[in-house]
Amino acid sequence: MSESRIVLHFPKTLLDRPVISKAVQHYNLSFNILRADITQEQEGLMVLGLEGEQDDIDAAVEWMREQGVRVQPLEKDVVRDDERCTHCGACVVICPTDALAMDLQTREVAFDAAQCVACGLCVPVCPPRAMSIHF
Amino acid sequence: MIEVPKTYEEINEKIRSGEVVVVTAEEMVEIVAELGPNGASQKVDVVTTGTFGPMCSSGAVINVGHSTPRMKITHAWLNDVPSECGLAAVDLYIGATEVAEGDPLNRSHPGRFNYGGAHVIEDLVAGKDVRLRATAYGTDCYPRRELETWLNIRDLNEAYMLNPRNAYQNYNVAVNKFAERDIYTYMGVVKKGLGSANYCSAGQLSPLLNDPYHRTVGIGSRIFIGGAQGFVYWQGTQHDPTGARNELGVPKGGSATLGTVGDLKQMDPRYVVGVSMLGYGVSLALGIGTAIPILDEELAAQTGVSDAQITAPVIDYSHNYGLNEGEPLGHVSYAELKSGSIELEGKTVPTTPLSSYVRAREIAEKLKGWVKAGQFPLVPPVQALPTPESSPGFKPLNYRPVAEEGGE
Ligand code: SF4
Ligand code: SF4
Repeated sequence: MSESRIVLHFPKTLLDRPVISKAVQHYNLSFNILRADITQEQEGLMVLGLEGEQDDIDAAVEWMREQGVRVQPLEKDVVRDDERCTHCGACVVICPTDALAMDLQTREVAFDAAQCVACGLCVPVCPPRAMSIHF
Repeated sequence: MIEVPKTYEEINEKIRSGEVVVVTAEEMVEIVAELGPNGASQKVDVVTTGTFGPMCSSGAVINVGHSTPRMKITHAWLNDVPSECGLAAVDLYIGATEVAEGDPLNRSHPGRFNYGGAHVIEDLVAGKDVRLRATAYGTDCYPRRELETWLNIRDLNEAYMLNPRNAYQNYNVAVNKFAERDIYTYMGVVKKGLGSANYCSAGQLSPLLNDPYHRTVGIGSRIFIGGAQGFVYWQGTQHDPTGARNELGVPKGGSATLGTVGDLKQMDPRYVVGVSMLGYGVSLALGIGTAIPILDEELAAQTGVSDAQITAPVIDYSHNYGLNEGEPLGHVSYAELKSGSIELEGKTVPTTPLSSYVRAREIAEKLKGWVKAGQFPLVPPVQALPTPESSPGFKPLNYRPVAEEGGE
């Protein structure tokens, strides 16, 4: 048994199709939705934990790709250039998790990499370009 | 206690003798709450303010010096960003929102706008080399037609910021009520279905909100600008003090503005930051601050204003703003905005600031140090900015279709 975490981007056309349930049934996996959201490009964004045999996970990912889902492993590294961050707060309503959140007392925006699902939404939104994503 | 008004001279004397009491506008809130305006006016001599946020109407004048042979520059680019050169031979004006040539703009919406005039200004301030490319038609006195060279701020004759409009006294809160998608504005990404409320003011720390009738800031006033000391040279464009105010005199919407000038060579890139607003364009995040002499009880009360006492209009930017239609959806206080969410039309709407309160606070603290050290003498304005009584207000464009009506 192995577990892997992936980020799925659904195009609009796939939003109401049961791609995930089909994939996990067919490949005998169990899954855990860590995060689901509709992004600013109006596409679906989902962070999924998949459990099962590694071969089955790979095959399921491959099958989802064929259906038109963009699949990324969650091993990407999102970093903030703290020198560049002005704590403006423009990212806090964009971030789908609490990875970027404002401390209401100090008014500083903290970046908590542990909560980041590497969706990349903050990267183009951050006005001074403090956020970057590395593959 | 009777009121004892102070004069500028008395306050400057206290600065010289080291007795001056300087606090930030944030600290003043508590002092006024505790001692009342009268008590606070006796205790405190100077209140410092600060704001740090995108200020689009900014730019810089640079004189690059004469080349050999001489050239009267007619087109110029700084790091590929077009620069205004309809001035004398080697004077350029680089506008903050000018976008680099070749940028795809919004052809692939939302455009990224990664580099523009504001970034050129930041690079200059940071001491980085900037590439100048220039062309000219050539004259008998200025024969050169082409030039390409590196520039560095230390070699420029003059390099100063000259900003037609900064430090808006209060501003709108942007929401998206009608669009079926998120919208991309100069107020940031505004999420659909009242999904976010975007605001942009330091509220109780903001320069003009602490002196609502701009009694102590006017033409000639010394200010903090981009980490340096600069001055107010005029009222800012769209200065309009005639709008509605609350009982403290604080405008309920955009009102006074400042035209500002400051030496780029003295500035700090920490307070001069080129920013890219997704789907909108380039802007300059700039730090501005003022030091308000507490001449009387009224100024003490005004500088003691708190976020709860300042309200901003909530405007729909998906339809109403662009078409100049409709009424504000409501008015909310900065205390509500800063709580993280506001209530609007029965919904809890998360808020997002665009101006950095952290850096606004930093500016007010810095100014406090300058005032105490005698590095920031206080002077009365040479001339007042237009007041509610003297201002002609703010007019929309008088649109006169060219096909139907001849020019005069
Ligand atoms: S948008 Fe960028 S600069 Fe602003 S708080 Fe977030 S990370 Fe910092
Ligand atoms: S990539 Fe950015 S927006 Fe996405 S979760 Fe991480 S911090 Fe939040």
